[in-house]
Amino acid sequence: MAELSNNLMAFTVLAYLAAMVGYAAEYAFGNRSHVGRAAARPARQLVGAGALGAAVPPPDDVVEVDRPQRDLGKIAGRIAVGLNAAGLLLHLGTLVTRAVAADRMPWGNMYEFILSVTFVGSATWLGVLSRKPAVRHLGLFVALTLVVLLGAAGLIAYTPVGPLVPALNSYWFVIHVSTIILASGILLLGAVPAAMFLIKTGYDQGKRRFPFTLGKRVPEAPALERLTFRLHAFAFPLFTFGALIAGPLWAEASWGRYWGWDPKEVWAFISWVVYACYLHARATPSVKRSTATWIALIGFATMLMNLFGVNLFFSGLHSYADPGGM
Amino acid sequence: MTAIEDRVAPPAAPPPGPTNRVWALLRNSWRQLTSMRTALLLLFLLAIAAIPGSVFPQRPVSAEDVSRYFAAHPKLAPVLDRLGGFDVYASAWFAAIYLLLFTSLVGCVLPRLREHLRSVRMVPPDAPKRLDRLPQHAPARARPEDPAEVAKIVVATLRRRRFRTVVREQPDGGWTVAAEKGHLKETGNLLFHFALLTVLIGVGFGHWYGWHGNRLLVAGDDHGFCNTVPQYDESALGPRVDPADLPNFCLELTGFTASYQPNGTPKAFLATVAVSEDGGSPRSRSFTVNDPLRLHHADVHLLGHGYAPILRYTDRYGEQQRRVVPFLPTDTMLTSEGVAQFPDVNIDPKTDKRDEGLQVGFEGVYLPTVATDGSPRSTYPAQRAPALFLTAYRGDLGLDVGIPGSVYALDRGQLANGELKQVSGARPHELRPGQSWTLDDGTKLEFLGTEQFVTLAIRYDPTQPLVLGGAVAGLIGLMLSLAGRRRRIWFRALPGAEPGGGGTLMTAGGLPRADYPGFGDEFSRLVESTQRDL
Repeated sequence: MAELSNNLMAFTVLAYLAAMVGYAAEYAFGNRSHVGRAAARPARQLVGAGALGAAVPPPDDVVEVDRPQRDLGKIAGRIAVGLNAAGLLLHLGTLVTRAVAADRMPWGNMYEFILSVTFVGSATWLGVLSRKPAVRHLGLFVALTLVVLLGAAGLIAYTPVGPLVPALNSYWFVIHVSTIILASGILLLGAVPAAMFLIKTGYDQGKRRFPFTLGKRVPEAPALERLTFRLHAFAFPLFTFGALIAGPLWAEASWGRYWGWDPKEVWAFISWVVYACYLHARATPSVKRSTATWIALIGFATMLMNLFGVNLFFSGLHSYADPGGM
Repeated sequence: MTAIEDRVAPPAAPPPGPTNRVWALLRNSWRQLTSMRTALLLLFLLAIAAIPGSVFPQRPVSAEDVSRYFAAHPKLAPVLDRLGGFDVYASAWFAAIYLLLFTSLVGCVLPRLREHLRSVRMVPPDAPKRLDRLPQHAPARARPEDPAEVAKIVVATLRRRRFRTVVREQPDGGWTVAAEKGHLKETGNLLFHFALLTVLIGVGFGHWYGWHGNRLLVAGDDHGFCNTVPQYDESALGPRVDPADLPNFCLELTGFTASYQPNGTPKAFLATVAVSEDGGSPRSRSFTVNDPLRLHHADVHLLGHGYAPILRYTDRYGEQQRRVVPFLPTDTMLTSEGVAQFPDVNIDPKTDKRDEGLQVGFEGVYLPTVATDGSPRSTYPAQRAPALFLTAYRGDLGLDVGIPGSVYALDRGQLANGELKQVSGARPHELRPGQSWTLDDGTKLEFLGTEQFVTLAIRYDPTQPLVLGGAVAGLIGLMLSLAGRRRRIWFRALPGAEPGGGGTLMTAGGLPRADYPGFGDEFSRLVESTQRDL
């Protein structure tokens, strides 16, 4: 079962890679962004009106030339979403087989934690997509993030299946870790529209150097900004509950104190403060939206630091490998 | 931390006098401190200031790590120490940041509380003249009912949706309905900030009135422990706690079981103790990791465990001494290090004088499961093939100097100055349980077996419920403030829509008072449902 999980993990990454290629194809050949289309439309109608002499010609006649290309992009995009969904199912399979092999929730170590966080990110992404198909152009960047993080999980953090140490053997394990996984997954996804908002804003201001060229085909900046905020506003209370209420409650039962400035706790505190900063900045009219979004990205960097940096560089109570400790 | 930063224009300044200038400076500093920009800056500073605490070892977390750091960086460490780098969260600069932040917070939320209380009591203001200038408005519709009746039905619809409403009759015979909803947003926001203050106060008082201690407890009735400061290996009492205030209880470890996976990772622990509280008769209680022993005003947490070899030394006059010596684990397989010191041995019964040169000490490791390849590390944490590997020393142990030393290692100074000499071979001597070892002077050490020991943390924090309550209230406030949206809606019913002068001309407008992208949808749904109800 453990081996099946590892194989499924490999297929998950492949599926996300394929989805990434699909999203990239749509990005390259496909549809212009809504802004681009809106800007192009009146001109076409004007030409059409002159040529046909009719009051309102059906626009489809005029944009005939674009058609094959546009469909190609659309098809590529749809295939990408399909592959992404397939990847999500494989991802779920990886987690379930891992859980069966270990006979517990698959959240016991860094490898499993990243698997779960990216699963939440991917699932939330498809959820957002089903409600707002217009943001599909972000898919390339979402898939890229998923592939990079999963790759890092497989290469740096892989841990063979094993049982939990007694310290993790508590119902708080399920509550604390699941809410943090949910929150981290959504914050992870929230960083994508945040970054794209900054790129798009730069592009709209006429910047044409490398990162800004990516902003050519993504949705309009205000929509990206709103999506960023809604994802963060949803994830922040979850993170608050998981890291600053459920965590300390468990720590009190397990280690005897609800807060002890363990490196993980320190960085969770830092992330919380930075995200609180983002929400305050965004609620303040005199702070520019791009400044606020930068703060959200710093928050994401602190989350990554907590996920990778703290596990790899610092040892603390959350490492579960202390000599003689429990 | 006000959400609307530039809300009050400062009143026209009176001509500056000397007192005025001081007053103005104070007032401006206060305004500066309570502004959102400062609050954001302080929040950021707080995040940055927290970083060193994860990079450098912290004294309250692990004093040993700090000493190791001092040994590794003899130049840098004292400088860091003076800057508070080894106790960041109790340092003056960290406190300065969060105290300023909380002052800024108080300065911001108190006026906002006053403002909010006023606006909650206030009735929604009357409709503006031109509803069509509002961000949302519905085109005029004609209704056969007369204005008063239309207003009544609109109010009923809005009330059902929990809008607070006011109906006003206008001089021109028309009626207006003003409705408002979403005060919970600001209520939640204020609740969140006051909850943060509660948490801070709770943490502060917990530090003052709480206490904790650590204790290594060996199994057996001759190793009991009573809750007094001298009996702790290490303890810290809050500034407002008197040693006499500690609750009166005694513990005795009656049993400890640990089970392991085949690969040596622990599966479960269970400690059983006999507890007597306030001099009562002992009761048997069990506890484990994640499930502490909760006593009256004290919680006992299981932190670690290990083995304590039982050793018996027979000196050159035939006197015997028995010691149970805890060996501290150094890895997950419980390879343990320790030292057994016998300062009061080899006393000549004739003179009854102790010869410091004839004290003995044994230092070494205990392996619960010896590796077959002879490596000096245990291969399994349970006692499958236990053995002690000891080196014997004779001479002055240096225990009488009065300097408190480690009870888990010999005094390196005594070894260096030759007062204490190694008297066994180059390789440590192996002892299995039940075996004995005769030293060069004919004295004998017997390894009788082992006892289990546990390390316990005993704590009391009286403000924990307050902190938890604050955190939960904060979360509720946070969710309300993020989900809530304040908005106002007005309906105007003007008479004379129909040719005969009867009927009503109805218009509506809406104003979101917060960032609310879905307001348009809500507004049109509302207008539709009033039409249905009419």
